[in-house]
Amino acid sequence: MTAPTGALAAAVLAFRRDLLLAMRHWGQVAQPLVFFVMVTTLFPLALGPELGQLREIAAGTLWVAALLASLLGLELLFRTDHADGSLEQLLLSGQPLAVLALAKGLAHWTVCGLPLVLLAPLVAVSLGVPIEANGAILLSLGLGTGILSALGAIGSALTLGLRRGSLLLGLLVLPLAMPALIFGARAIDLAIHGDSACGPLLLLSAMLVLCVTLAPPAVAAALRISSE
Amino acid sequence: MNWIWFHKLASPPHAYGIAGRLAPWFGWPAGMLILAGLYGGLVLAPADYQQGDAFRIVYVHAPSAWLSMLVYATMAVAAAVGLVWRIKLAHAVAAAAAPIGATFTALALATGAIWGKPMWGTWWVWDARLTSELILLFLYAGVIALRASIDDRDRADRASAVLAIVGVVNLPIIHYSVYWWNTLHQPATLTKLGKPSMAGDMLWPLLAMLLGFTLYFGAVLLVRLRAEILRRERDAAWLRAELA
Repeated sequence: MTAPTGALAAAVLAFRRDLLLAMRHWGQVAQPLVFFVMVTTLFPLALGPELGQLREIAAGTLWVAALLASLLGLELLFRTDHADGSLEQLLLSGQPLAVLALAKGLAHWTVCGLPLVLLAPLVAVSLGVPIEANGAILLSLGLGTGILSALGAIGSALTLGLRRGSLLLGLLVLPLAMPALIFGARAIDLAIHGDSACGPLLLLSAMLVLCVTLAPPAVAAALRISSE
Repeated sequence: MNWIWFHKLASPPHAYGIAGRLAPWFGWPAGMLILAGLYGGLVLAPADYQQGDAFRIVYVHAPSAWLSMLVYATMAVAAAVGLVWRIKLAHAVAAAAAPIGATFTALALATGAIWGKPMWGTWWVWDARLTSELILLFLYAGVIALRASIDDRDRADRASAVLAIVGVVNLPIIHYSVYWWNTLHQPATLTKLGKPSMAGDMLWPLLAMLLGFTLYFGAVLLVRLRAEILRRERDAAWLRAELA
């Protein structure tokens, strides 16, 4: 008999397993990113190529595209684990489920959120955003995708295994994500116009802290409900 | 202390009976208060010196907006009670409350738009109150849609309870961020129209309407709760005896 594994060790194992799985299926992981770039391309095509005009809507465009892309990425969070039964093993493992949920959420953010954040300055350049705003873009979307992963994890756990679950997921998560959208887009907009984006970024950080502390228990409860 | 009465309350047959007996005690005062409030508001109260007769829609708008939030709070409390103590009746209350709240929210939005037409010249302005009502409507839609998409009733109850609680935690954040967003993007003159201090003969009909709407919600909730109990207990023996 092996020694009992601590919660932290279990969390690290869950995190590494998810990263490894993501690397083996990197085509799936790239889909939300391609979607992100595509959505941001729609705006110049729909509104015209004038960079001055695009700069005015760049903050909102980046954020809405990131919101939709991370919604798409949530498909990868629990659904395959639920389908092949490994989620049940996590539930039965006797480890605190909230900690495992946090680890899985973190892995999901590393795979889906982080690449999107790193890609965003590139997309921003195509929308006529000055280079000086890149810091604010990275911070705003970095904090924002964290919030979206946390909120999305709750929605994803609640809609596990439902027919047309992905449509429902958007309905559940988007209203909850609206405050993050407000502050996140505002931060980028301030930076584009050369102002300090400090205020909205601090508020975003506060939201992220709130989400990271409160979402894991909610995700754990939702997972228990969904896999009974 | 004797808690038997409380446990009895949570059993569907008792709740069914009590709800049926209580509903008229909410319904009749509600009807009378609303009639009095409407007469006072639409006939007795003088026209506003700034807004003319258009201000009178506040007698429907303000109570609807108040209830749109009260019902969400009621739903979330009932959902939490159901989730923590595993009381099925509490989940039935939450299920009965959600469509009522969504209706009040839609009513608040519609009356807000109608008031906006003479005031702002357009049906829709991205005003902070209207926008947060709209997001509230989305939250209601989420809870109702989640409940409707899950076939297993126990799972539907508990999943929508979790969502309602998550929503109620988020509601203040949404509310204040929308206000913050609005003050940044809108000229402040619009929001100044919002809270005029009211004269007495304008105020009492509003208070009557607020109380009347709240009691009306109580009555509708009780009636819907009975319907919900009927749906959930349709195979139970007590119901067959009750209806026989």
